[in-house]
Amino acid sequence: MRRARVIVFAAAVAATAAMPGCATQPPGDDAGARARAEEVFRQSFTRGNRQMAARVEQQDEVQKLCSAWRNQPPKDVAEKIEQAQMATIQYPASGKLMGDWRQGEKIAQDGYGLRFTDPDPKRANGGNCYNCHRISKQELSYGTIGPSLYQFGKLRGADEAVQKYVYGKIFNPQAFLACSNMPRFGHNGVLTEEQMAHLVALLLDPDSPVNK
Amino acid sequence: MGLPRLLIAGLLALLPLAAAAQDSTQKEIERYRQMLAEGNPADLFEARGEELWKTKRGPKNASLEQCDLGLGAGVVKGAYARLPRWFADTDRVQDLESRLVTCMTTLQGYTVDEAMKNPFSSPDRKSDMEALASYVAGQSRGMKLDVPIVHPKEREAFAIGEQLFYRRAGPYDFACASCHGENGRRIRLQELPKLTDPKDAQKIFTTWPAYRVSQGTVRTMEHRLYDCYWQMRHPQIDYTSDAAIDLMVFMAKYANGGEIAAPGLKR
Repeated sequence: MRRARVIVFAAAVAATAAMPGCATQPPGDDAGARARAEEVFRQSFTRGNRQMAARVEQQDEVQKLCSAWRNQPPKDVAEKIEQAQMATIQYPASGKLMGDWRQGEKIAQDGYGLRFTDPDPKRANGGNCYNCHRISKQELSYGTIGPSLYQFGKLRGADEAVQKYVYGKIFNPQAFLACSNMPRFGHNGVLTEEQMAHLVALLLDPDSPVNK
Repeated sequence: MGLPRLLIAGLLALLPLAAAAQDSTQKEIERYRQMLAEGNPADLFEARGEELWKTKRGPKNASLEQCDLGLGAGVVKGAYARLPRWFADTDRVQDLESRLVTCMTTLQGYTVDEAMKNPFSSPDRKSDMEALASYVAGQSRGMKLDVPIVHPKEREAFAIGEQLFYRRAGPYDFACASCHGENGRRIRLQELPKLTDPKDAQKIFTTWPAYRVSQGTVRTMEHRLYDCYWQMRHPQIDYTSDAAIDLMVFMAKYANGGEIAAPGLKR
């Protein structure tokens, strides 16, 4: 126990030291409290799936920084996150960024996957998009954590630069807005290349209900 | 139990109609709430909880009537308004359910595993914990929430809860704050409270446990957290774990002063 605490603490210090030019400290910064919270966290998810527990115990650099800064990193930290995350984006080898908007709509509606009661790993994960975004005009049950995407393509067109932007944003939203609430669907392996291309089509295809 | 269930099933059948217009669903739910305000099915859980409280059970054949919920042995009235809190005998900050487990083990002689065996009911299996929590919470109805954050362990629980509230992890990068960090947001049509805003926090924290119409049973605050972490793509949080209780203390700080209206009635 004691040793685990020291290791966590050292990791927290290392994370802080790794931010050159960081003028200010995170809000209510208390490396001690953070390290103790990590210990409490590890002791509080012991009876479930061990693999899932290991994944949430281990935060990556972005998760650590956004947690410490409570999603409001100062400019220098934000720029560092965005640069590093931009480098993670992988575009499809085929070069095909636009799939089928009909399949995109299904993925946008679907919330399946990665919960501890979702036992079938062969069933594709959903995108949960409507949970947070208004997308098509027809679907009235939409959330408002993210901005409305209705008419996205109509307003911006669908040339290659826009396709690349949308694909990249789904792959890793933190490349464009550090500590965005949106999951990094590609980077975290939640959605496949094909699924993300279908979502690009949902937003950009002129035939998609989004652009009607 | 049969009649309210039937009533609610009927009301639920009307829900799709309500979805016809964007804001009307929330209004309809409010209307159901008003209709059911004088007949919350949680009443039946409260009654069963009171009976369980007073029934001699367990290896020691004792009731829970001498349970100390923080205001002294046997005092139920007002106890829930002061939970979670630090307890000298366990030297731990405990929420209602954790404390019920303590009393079931010390007074009634159950093992911890037995006491924690069935905290969340399923359609074919009732939970004593849901009934007991309903009863105890109901005995603080109308009182102001006044969770103490004074003892060093209570202050530590708040500090840890605060860290956990903002802790992002897992394949979705979610923290509690992802959904509960801003005012006026929704998931689909479900409105989300900003839990660091006293106005929202008071309304939410004081209405758990609650009868959940979509689940046909009372759910407790422990279950609410279990459900949140499920949605966050985390593994299941341990029942009565420190993380769960620390998060409750964190929420309670902003909810303090709110009037307890538990058990509530929710979607």
